[in-house]
Amino acid sequence: MLARAVTFALVGLEPRRVEVEAHVQSGVPSFTIVGLVDRACQEAKQRVRSGIKSAELEWPGNKSTVNLAPAELKKEGSGFDLPIALALLAASGQIPRDRLAEHASCGELALDGRLRRVGGVLAVAEGARRAKLERLVCPYEACAEAALAGVEPVGVRHLADAVSYLRGELEPPEYVAANGQPRRRPLDLGDVRGQERARRALELAAAGRHNLLLGGPPGIGKTMLARRLPGILPSLEEEQALEVTRIHSVAGLVDPDHPLIGYPPFRAPHHSASTAAIVGGGPRLRPGEASLAHRGVLLLDELAEFQRPTLEALRQPLEDGEILVARAAGSVWFPARFQLIGTMNLCPCGARGDPGARCSCSAQRLARYRDRLSRALLDRFDLVVTVPRPRATELQAGSGEASEPVRARVVAARMRLAEALPSRTPAADELLTRAVERLPLSGRGRAKVAGVARTIAALAAAEAVLPEHVAEALAYRAPPDLAA
Amino acid sequence: MTFLPRRELPPLLRAIHDPPARLYLRGAAEPELLAQPAVAVVGARACSPYGAQIARRLGRELAAAGVVVFSGLARGIDGEAHRGALETEGHTVAVLGCGIDRDYPAAHSELARSIAERSLLLSEYEPGVEPAPWRFPARNRIIAGLCLATVVVEARERSGALITADFALEEGREVFAVPGEITSSLSAGTNSLLRLGATPLTAAADVLESLGIVVPGPSRPEIGGTAGSMLERLPASVDELVRASGLATAEVAAALAELELAQLATEGDGIYRALA
Repeated sequence: MLARAVTFALVGLEPRRVEVEAHVQSGVPSFTIVGLVDRACQEAKQRVRSGIKSAELEWPGNKSTVNLAPAELKKEGSGFDLPIALALLAASGQIPRDRLAEHASCGELALDGRLRRVGGVLAVAEGARRAKLERLVCPYEACAEAALAGVEPVGVRHLADAVSYLRGELEPPEYVAANGQPRRRPLDLGDVRGQERARRALELAAAGRHNLLLGGPPGIGKTMLARRLPGILPSLEEEQALEVTRIHSVAGLVDPDHPLIGYPPFRAPHHSASTAAIVGGGPRLRPGEASLAHRGVLLLDELAEFQRPTLEALRQPLEDGEILVARAAGSVWFPARFQLIGTMNLCPCGARGDPGARCSCSAQRLARYRDRLSRALLDRFDLVVTVPRPRATELQAGSGEASEPVRARVVAARMRLAEALPSRTPAADELLTRAVERLPLSGRGRAKVAGVARTIAALAAAEAVLPEHVAEALAYRAPPDLAA
Repeated sequence: MTFLPRRELPPLLRAIHDPPARLYLRGAAEPELLAQPAVAVVGARACSPYGAQIARRLGRELAAAGVVVFSGLARGIDGEAHRGALETEGHTVAVLGCGIDRDYPAAHSELARSIAERSLLLSEYEPGVEPAPWRFPARNRIIAGLCLATVVVEARERSGALITADFALEEGREVFAVPGEITSSLSAGTNSLLRLGATPLTAAADVLESLGIVVPGPSRPEIGGTAGSMLERLPASVDELVRASGLATAEVAAALAELELAQLATEGDGIYRALA
């Protein structure tokens, strides 16, 4: 007999409909899976066989063939276990075939028949909704995630439950809808002493979604400040939250109980990260750190320690907000509209900018260090701040403003910027023109200053961009000698 | 490309105890340029932002006053002195420690081209001679020999810039040193020169005065208000200014940008310094 189950394979973040056809016929007992499946999927044979037996169901002892169609689409991962098992059971007459065809399904089987979560359930559920399948049979823990797509999840803990449900013997169990977003308490700005200039730059970066580069000797709190940026960013809107959750779901990074990621994600990959780890790709075409930071913050600590090709690969997403991962077999787009925060020492030994230490770097070594950053990448930073080591007396300064009031200002500024972009007064225009004449300021540099000045005006709740706003924006431009 | 035989060398250079046999020249200017009043500005390759700013300013102000600025085209102080001079209408001459046709250091090939377009590059070595460490002290004697005065901006102990200063002293030329922080190793050389009796240099006018050149005081743009009071507190970081003045970070940053635009201050590694 022939039966069919429906599931979805992911190409990048896009769900593609896959029909799992099972055919059980008389013949020498055998079990074959065909349809361009990868190794994890080929191994499904063993899990499905054990799972069906553990669920005290009958293993079709005949010649069984499973085909995953369309055959030219590559299927990867273990999410096909459940649809394969259900199709086999329907083909051997153990569950009604027409009822199975009304459901989408996904999930990995354990040897004892229990169901395990897999990544990408949100995208699969979205595929189901688009294919007008209203119900998705999935592991119980993935219910909340599947529900985000607007389908009705049927959360099952065991293959036997799935079978009872499809036979009409069991109501789908209740699940707790994803409501709040328990967020780990973000680090607070109140912990940072002094550093007025860097704080101000951080607030501007948050309000205007500007990319920020913090330079200075080690130990002055560059990283500490950068890690406090998420705490002053506004929450995501619903549409954005879904986008972010979809990416994190494919990467298998969502919290099962609270899948919706309602706050800007924060990613801080180590500088040894490969280009594929940052921009995405690899054999399974997974989103990289840049995509995981979509709508959030990508912190590259010790920017100049990253490999130059890795940094250069970030230029395209910084410009377009998405990444094209091209493979011989086809290409995939991943969204990557992130805010880039970089930190770096001023020289390889780190002593530069520190009056109390002696820099041992030769001119060549310094040039080589700064060579890692291209002028073009440096140009993508709207705000560049060099922080010298504070004097001992400054560290006695009281702790600074906490995150919450800063966040309130940021939210207010973002709202103002969303309503209408303030325009420059003639006097501000004149100042900007004068600056372009006097300072080494490129066309892009001028645009960056203009953008930062708008953010400053919005933070100040000004009607228009005034000369003092342009003047402050000029103070955050990149020093000409920071990159080659 | 031309060369001057020994008998056509400028008198100042012919007067030193081992003048070169000939000088090879490259550049747009006539050899007579070498007979004009000249000052050498030399110093460390790995200089501090402070040193770089001072060198550039000296190069600019000396060249603007009509003095030819000599240096060695090295990274750091030398390069900044050349660049400062090129910002004006004046002349700057680079003395190389290798063949005249070689761009050394390679990072300064663009700078060398700019100098050649207006002024001169010169060397005692035949075209094609490789740069070598032992040629640089010999090159330094030519720099010192061609100049009425030598200014050392920043130098560590036992550095090439001190060799230039020694040559200048031996030939009885004026030596100036820019005072630096006593804790900085980059000031050790200049401070020891001062201890030996070099003239402390606090402005380009100090050198010009010794050469008998009087320059009218520069018309400084009037700057008042917040920017003016910030200018008085330099050098300082923004954070220090915020704390000292009690103003908001935004105001301080705006005032400093205003000073930068008026070319009264500049930033290096996070510290703002007054320029004038």
